[in-house]
Amino acid sequence: MNTTAANFEDATNATEEPIVSVESLSVSLGGSTVLSDVSCTIDRGRVVGVIGPNGAGKTTLLRAINGTGPIDDGEITVAGRSVSRCGATEMARLVGSVPQSTLLSFSFTVREIVEMGRHPHISRFGAMDHDDVRAVEAALETTETSQFADRQITAVSGGERQRVLVARALAQETPLLVLDEPTASLDINHATRTLSLVRELASEERTVIAAIHDLDLAARYCDELLLVASGDVIAQGSPAEVLGEDAIEAAFETSVAIPTDPVTATQRVVPLSSVPSNECEQTVHIVGHGGLARDVIVSAAESGITGSIGILSKTDSAVDTATAHGFETITTSPLSPPSEQCRSDLVRACDKADHVIAVQPLDETNRELLSSVTVDSDRWWQVEQTDEIRSVIFAIVDNKDARINSY
Amino acid sequence: MTARRTAVAHAAWLAALLCLSIIVSAGIGPVYIEPINVLKVILNAVSIPVGVAVSSDQVSIGSSVLQIPAMNIVWGAPFSFATDRVHEQIVIGVRLPRILLAAAVGFALATAGTVMQGFFRNPMADPSIIGVSSGAAVGAVAFIVAPAMIPFGMGLRGAAFVGAVVTAFVVYMIATEGGKTPVATLLLAGIAIQAFLGSVITFLQLYSGESLRQVVHWLMGHFGNARWGDVGITFVLVPLLFLIILAYGRDLNVLLLGEADAKGLGVEVERTKKILLVLSSVITAAAVAVSGIIGFVGLIVPHMVRLIVGPDHRILLPTAALAGGSFLVITDTIARTALGASDIPVGIVTAALGAPFFIYLLVSREVHSL
Repeated sequence: MNTTAANFEDATNATEEPIVSVESLSVSLGGSTVLSDVSCTIDRGRVVGVIGPNGAGKTTLLRAINGTGPIDDGEITVAGRSVSRCGATEMARLVGSVPQSTLLSFSFTVREIVEMGRHPHISRFGAMDHDDVRAVEAALETTETSQFADRQITAVSGGERQRVLVARALAQETPLLVLDEPTASLDINHATRTLSLVRELASEERTVIAAIHDLDLAARYCDELLLVASGDVIAQGSPAEVLGEDAIEAAFETSVAIPTDPVTATQRVVPLSSVPSNECEQTVHIVGHGGLARDVIVSAAESGITGSIGILSKTDSAVDTATAHGFETITTSPLSPPSEQCRSDLVRACDKADHVIAVQPLDETNRELLSSVTVDSDRWWQVEQTDEIRSVIFAIVDNKDARINSY
Repeated sequence: MTARRTAVAHAAWLAALLCLSIIVSAGIGPVYIEPINVLKVILNAVSIPVGVAVSSDQVSIGSSVLQIPAMNIVWGAPFSFATDRVHEQIVIGVRLPRILLAAAVGFALATAGTVMQGFFRNPMADPSIIGVSSGAAVGAVAFIVAPAMIPFGMGLRGAAFVGAVVTAFVVYMIATEGGKTPVATLLLAGIAIQAFLGSVITFLQLYSGESLRQVVHWLMGHFGNARWGDVGITFVLVPLLFLIILAYGRDLNVLLLGEADAKGLGVEVERTKKILLVLSSVITAAAVAVSGIIGFVGLIVPHMVRLIVGPDHRILLPTAALAGGSFLVITDTIARTALGASDIPVGIVTAALGAPFFIYLLVSREVHSL
């Protein structure tokens, strides 16, 4: 069958033209509108992540693009062809799909499942020819599934099964791959492995669109993100552009912090507790650094407590946490002693706050500075271990009398 | 090994088994005939075209007479073994039509059962699941009880066939909405129609009077009235329908992944479902019309064969069909000989042998899904 060659020609002839263009798409399912008047285009050769809250219409959008879902109004073209006018076979030569869940409860072998990807390329009375065999072997090779190709699909693990489904879609040899939640229910190892594979698949001839639930993974593995919320695409662009706190907060209706992850150097979306358990008038100043100080900030913020932290080294991990939760920070350069300004800021913060929490062990500078500050014993708290944090925060919220070294 | 080669390999030994069971069972009966003699008799009866003879026909147009050369195919019997005349009459005249009809019906029911189990992705599915058998039964029983009710002089087989096809169509129409036929709705519509037709059949039975015995015989399935004419029709219809179904083997495999996946892989799901329903309903109707209702063949044979050859329909369809043929030939031989001269309905034998074997497969966890 020469259909693959034909697709390939389309893909190379019109590289400038977007691979997918969606114009005023509206879809309603069971009487309720899922997508209304959505328009977007997707350029060739990219990995595009579709993100958004549950029920926003991610799957509906993907199913409209791959031709398996309904379209009420609007026009979608894939590689220049109108989806609504394409037959199932033609669509299957344009778009390879990896579904969110699939029924695989019968004893086909992995290879037989991947061979089904050749279905749109084989005529009704024909059998697999040389090209088909080559495409299947290549797909097994790329997805590293060839070593268990002769095992039954029911006898492979969830992560392996996901790669088998990717192999099946690859065997279709299409210019577009659509994956619906390829990492749902995978552990972190298999999730990253699957997404690295997906990344490698994208090329001049192949564009990848994937609905991805995990925003951190989406930021890490996609060239471009499409944020879908309440039935529309509300943002599209690079992960850095789309993952703005305002847009994400609007889409997901929860407050978030979006620091840059130090390990992957990509955006990380950290959901904060959207509704503080009780609005608390208390303010605190935290003296301390590192992981324990971060835990204190998080606990305090979750209880509705606001305040400040310092003196901290600018590079301390607690700085981002504090900023994310709206805590003021008093920082100093890690290599030089704190300036006079810093010192007076600390004294002022301690005076201003209703409570002061010392996170032990204190470093040399803070210990020395604190000795010059007078804090009444009922405002003075100490934390040495994680399991003490809750009691201290509860006590502050209840505004109980405190005693030095009570914790 | 490719699917096609595997299919041919399995089909070869199952075809050999079917031939063997036909020959052996043609020898079994009140008069026992050695298999080798049965084979000789059958081979003697085979005739093949051996040449073309040219003769001249006289055609008169007006007053002139034209000599027109005409081609005639000459049939010749390639074999002429010495056989017993009585054996010939028993084998060719009495036993063979019945045995061949059983083979064709088993072939058809196993094919339809395989299609239905794959189509519904349900291990309980069998050829009668969308009411085809009940429809055939209403047609047949109505003919037996009150032939005047059946129009156009279609006879028993015609009435059964029409009843089956009409029922399948009605069930399909009930389950179809907006061009889509969800299989779950189809299944439930089939059950509802079967229940309704069951009440019609029971009502007719109550008023069947003299013909009750004939009705019961038909409802349990039997080949006692097999004629060469029936064999001829089923041997044309069943293989033809089977070949079309076989061409959808790959689509059936892909449909097992679920309808959304199948569509993504290029299967026109609704159209394919419609075609498969029509084909398997007609092949079932053709079988039921000549044999009555024979249960269990279409349910158990596909399961047994799937254990050996796996779920690939390109292999499963031909092997299940051939195995179904052998199964029914063997069970019908038991049905006509087990109680001496009295012929018991073959449906009793298939259920009595098939059900315990199926339970054994279930208990030993060999069969638990598709």
